[in-house]
Amino acid sequence: MADATPSAAPLVRLRQVSKRFANGTLALQGMSLDCGEHDFISFLGPSGCGKSTALRLIAGLTRASSGELAWSRAGSGQSRSDRELGFVFQEPTLMPWAKVFDNVWLPLKLAGMSRDAAAPVVAQVLEMVGLSRFADVYPRELSGGMKMRVSIARALVTRPRLLLMDEPFAALDEMTRIKLNNDLLAIWREHRFSVIFVTHSVYESVYLSNRIVVMAPRPGRVVDEIRIDEPYPRGEAFRTSTRYNAHCTAVSQSLHGALHGVDIDH
Amino acid sequence: MASTSITDNPSLAALGDAPTAADLQRRDERLRRRESLLRTAVPIAVVAGLLLLWEVLVRVNHVPHYIIPAPSLILTTLVDNWETLSSALWFTVKLTLLSLAAAIVGGVLLAIAFALFKWVEIGLFPIAVILQVTPIIAIAPLILIYVSSTTAALLLCAWIVAFFPILSNTVIGLKSADSNLRDLFQLYKASPWQTFRHLLAPSALPYFMAGLKIAGGLSLVGAVVAEFTAGTAGRETGLASRILESSFRTEIPMMFAALLLVSLLGIVIFIVFAALSRAVLGHWHESEMRRER
Repeated sequence: MADATPSAAPLVRLRQVSKRFANGTLALQGMSLDCGEHDFISFLGPSGCGKSTALRLIAGLTRASSGELAWSRAGSGQSRSDRELGFVFQEPTLMPWAKVFDNVWLPLKLAGMSRDAAAPVVAQVLEMVGLSRFADVYPRELSGGMKMRVSIARALVTRPRLLLMDEPFAALDEMTRIKLNNDLLAIWREHRFSVIFVTHSVYESVYLSNRIVVMAPRPGRVVDEIRIDEPYPRGEAFRTSTRYNAHCTAVSQSLHGALHGVDIDH
Repeated sequence: MASTSITDNPSLAALGDAPTAADLQRRDERLRRRESLLRTAVPIAVVAGLLLLWEVLVRVNHVPHYIIPAPSLILTTLVDNWETLSSALWFTVKLTLLSLAAAIVGGVLLAIAFALFKWVEIGLFPIAVILQVTPIIAIAPLILIYVSSTTAALLLCAWIVAFFPILSNTVIGLKSADSNLRDLFQLYKASPWQTFRHLLAPSALPYFMAGLKIAGGLSLVGAVVAEFTAGTAGRETGLASRILESSFRTEIPMMFAALLLVSLLGIVIFIVFAALSRAVLGHWHESEMRRER
């Protein structure tokens, strides 16, 4: 548990953050959250619960309608360094015209780093995701899981303090997803960044995170926060343990309680 | 995952009598070679057959050359008049390529302005459409009156025809960049120039190439139509003038010879741009990729 304890000053802090879209929809209502150093937080909920909106707010890709969003680090206030964040989308979102190396190099290139200067860093993150041999191929030559690995490598290449992941493994098959879950946890443990992970899978959220933020739709809001106080590393033994099942049951109940009376099939 | 080779084939050797992977590969190679040979040979054979039929029909029926000349006569006329025809061809080539170059520069610059500034697009797009939908043959006489240099007027006509496909395709291309990738560029605080250079331009390239393939053919159409309207005025004249001239003199074989050169020029332009498109996009874009069977 030692490595899952949030430090005193949170990395990013949300206070009563709301987001109303131009069409009037209240996508997120009064969300408060402290994401600490080396937290692995899952946003769990059905579609329309505002989990992706919350992620985009934290990433600065959209502005909050009200509320306060602050980054740690003295004096930085609402702004953040452009390299503190990594973002992984639901689709791999790779540039089809660029080889794997160039895709991973992109964030550093945009920050002005030359190809030669970036090469060792790119090689290192490709090694981390197990794609060292594929630096020189185009994305179309890779499987769905490998493309997602490239996407993760690109997000990690700036050594971010916070990795935001928007249902990254939702489109992958079960086997690939389990493997990527394990590899993500290993990388997270070794490199000690924080993760906010959007998912609609109870099992995935319990397996990965130390904190689960349960959310409900219309309006999108936080209904519960559940801690999963289980030690890392978590492996197949944890996935088949009764404690894992108990956590899944508790999270499912919380989720269903939140959805009670809400017509999720709309 | 990482240990799985991307070239892994399901092992076929396990099936006993079944052909090995190497056998299948050899067979595929043979089939592919045969197909690429046929792809060249069949069209050539069809054209050659039609020409032969033409030649035979003309000779057997004693059709006079001032009605339909035989292919052999057209070829002789082409060779005998090569001096005038080649200078006309050169003029048409120059006109076509210059107007195409101007169309590329104008179309792309305007497309960038359209994509960057909403009001430029809203203001200027109707004018671009008007230029496009009004038949060039109807505007050409006016242009020839207002523009004193015939060559400049011809260029302008050809440009009007050729620039629209480049403009409209490039605008669509610039707007078609993946929205998640746009977010990614925003996340890393990319400058407008970086976003253009590394995201918008590559996204637009396939659309631009498609526009270029159309514009290549259209610039030739524009050059020929404009010259037809201009008549045989001007010091330098192109293939269209040769065709007009010979029609006045009812030199039908000469008309066919000039026509042949116009078509050949069109074919060359098409082949060059198709090859260019393949060279630029072949390694990543669906439209130019050979599909595995």
